[in-house]
Amino acid sequence: MDHLVMTSDPRRLLPSDAPVRLISPEGEPVPHETYRLPSGEALLAAYAAMTTARRVNDQASALVRQGRLAVYPSSHGQEACQVAAAQVLTDDDWLFPTYRDVAAMVARGLDPVEALVLLQGDWHCGHNPYERKVAPQTTPLATQLPHAVGVAHAARLKGEPTVVMALCGDGATSEGDFHEALNFAAVFQTPVVFFVQNNRYAISVPLARQTAAPSLAHKGVGYGIPGEQVDGNDLAALLAVLGTAVERARGGAGPQLVEAHTYRVQAHTNADDPTRYRDEAEVGAWVARDPLRRLGTFLENRALLTAEQAAALDKDADDVAAAMRAGLSKDAEPDPARLFAHVYQTPTPQLAEQAALVADEISRMVDG
Amino acid sequence: MNQPETLTMAQALTRALRDAMAEDESVVMFGEDVGPLGGVFRITDGLTAEFGDARCFDTPLAEAGIVGVAVGMAMNGMRPVVEMQFDAFAYPAFEQVVSHVAKMRNRTRGQVALPIVIRIPYAGGIGGVEHHSDSSEAYFAHTPGLHVVTPSTVADAYGLLRQAITSADPVIFFEPKKLYWSKEQAALGAGVPPIGTAAIRRDGTDATLIAYGPTVPLALEAADVAAQEGRSLQVVDLRSLVPFDDQTVCDAVRSTGRAVVVAEASGFASVSSEIVARVTDRCFHYLAAPIRRVTGFDIPYPPPKLERFHLPDVDRVLDAVDDLQWEDS
Ligand SMILES: Cc1ncc(C[n+]2csc(CCOP(=O)(O)OP(=O)(O)O)c2C)c(N)n1
Ligand SMILES: [Mg+2]
Repeated sequence: MDHLVMTSDPRRLLPSDAPVRLISPEGEPVPHETYRLPSGEALLAAYAAMTTARRVNDQASALVRQGRLAVYPSSHGQEACQVAAAQVLTDDDWLFPTYRDVAAMVARGLDPVEALVLLQGDWHCGHNPYERKVAPQTTPLATQLPHAVGVAHAARLKGEPTVVMALCGDGATSEGDFHEALNFAAVFQTPVVFFVQNNRYAISVPLARQTAAPSLAHKGVGYGIPGEQVDGNDLAALLAVLGTAVERARGGAGPQLVEAHTYRVQAHTNADDPTRYRDEAEVGAWVARDPLRRLGTFLENRALLTAEQAAALDKDADDVAAAMRAGLSKDAEPDPARLFAHVYQTPTPQLAEQAALVADEISRMVDG
Repeated sequence: MNQPETLTMAQALTRALRDAMAEDESVVMFGEDVGPLGGVFRITDGLTAEFGDARCFDTPLAEAGIVGVAVGMAMNGMRPVVEMQFDAFAYPAFEQVVSHVAKMRNRTRGQVALPIVIRIPYAGGIGGVEHHSDSSEAYFAHTPGLHVVTPSTVADAYGLLRQAITSADPVIFFEPKKLYWSKEQAALGAGVPPIGTAAIRRDGTDATLIAYGPTVPLALEAADVAAQEGRSLQVVDLRSLVPFDDQTVCDAVRSTGRAVVVAEASGFASVSSEIVARVTDRCFHYLAAPIRRVTGFDIPYPPPKLERFHLPDVDRVLDAVDDLQWEDS
């Protein structure tokens, strides 16, 4: 019997001992033996996207308070992860986001208004997944991961160079679908990057209740997948680590697992009360490691970002926020007839009957 | 339409997969033991040899993963056909089926279609040990977004599976295990009635037996016996549980005025109870008696030595027919 995977050196699958970091929380470069700092140009583009991502998050949270969105699981504080996940992909690659990854979808080029349709409380995902190769956001935890494997497997069978970026949270790594997806991907060597944003909490439950593993990145060893861990508030390190993972996958090295150490600075959603399960000091320590400020400081210190440029980026972000307010403030009355239109390609006779019933009710409401 | 030939339902299913794969490169078949072994029921026999391991392949033992991967492959232009090894072993995939397979078209406003076929060998009568004989159709039929079909004849096994594979919507394809080895003369072709249509398998004037999958041969047998006793029973084979063919079923019941539904699954909150409700709603004034049901009991599927007490049989069907208030008392 040949057990190729097991007889090969498992150490090649191990993540770095400490999360990869290329810029310190104070904004200073940190040398690394494996990963290189991205170019100034790449970092500036990433900073621009992160500025927008932050504004998208905060505008969306404000829209919840104004009753314009049903719910918003903000990635405030995780924007470096959101931007890197999108920016390391080519147009032909796919992104599989969760409910918390609206900012990543926007960084991939989606209109924030479309990306927020589900969280507005609508019945559909708002965007055409094929246009930007962004799957509909998935809420049942980890269930999108096997889909990502399937897209990648089909691409490989068709001889296409697609890589799939599959996102999930730390809590979702406890779900069976996380295991099944990684195992499938490893067995078939499908080009998927599993990117776990470890923000320390699954609603109220801390990481210690999800796993006893040394890190989530170490879980890759059990599947035969190389794991890596990275400072999730360091956009430079994220671009380097995720970029390497994507190119390895594209080059035929199979799936990769990347864990970003970050923090959910705000509540799980507006409906959550984090004071019941964590204290302010913990939050404050992470706010001090803010990813936006870190990269901004680095760029300013190197004269890669001038005050005028920073102001222009803020203005762009203002425009995005204004467009979100305008787009999400329309009181479009949803059409109940649409509820029957897409259940099947052709509605069953029973659905056609039910749709007619609702149409009749509506016509009588109008008449009366 | 090909020449008539004599073959088993299992062989007809294999032929359907083979012909579909030969016709359309995007059709891929995968699951547990479906590769060189040909599946525990040999339905995928020879497919890996003919089409290669990329087109018909074994996967890790992970039913949610199998269906979840099928979702992704379908999103990316493939037509996956997956095999669940047995009825009860499809349950780990239930979340993927309900939350994604069934909903993807709707939640993308028709932009992402999932042409997936999930084949499930189901129901009892083969002396299976526990977890090998469930009739799980109600769980799936209850879920909007899925088509649910089940053949009872060799010709339908071939034709319905071909249609399922070309369908733009996901299809749960229930294969009655105990009919796998039933032999029939049939001319295989896709030209059977489309998914969503029921078939009259036997004409009759006194009462209508409504059956599907494994209970169709039973209903026909009961109708034979009833004929010897001077009672003319009509037999309807649903073929498709979703979409449900109200028209054919109701026309049939109206023509006789009496009906018995025969199904293996437990009766409570079941496809059989749905049929009674629908037909009663639509045909009340044509009915000479309340519709009766002969179903499995509301118990976990019993062990081999006891399954004959659980499964509908000819006597129970005929007793139910006798109960259809033939005389006012
Ligand atoms: C299968 C499933 N179980 C429970 C939930 C409810 N739920 C939504 S988010 C969440 C926490 C997930 O935590 P994590 O994976 O760490 O992601 P995060 O929200 O922190 O980004 C839970 C329990 C769900 N969406 N899906
Ligand atoms: Mg979390």
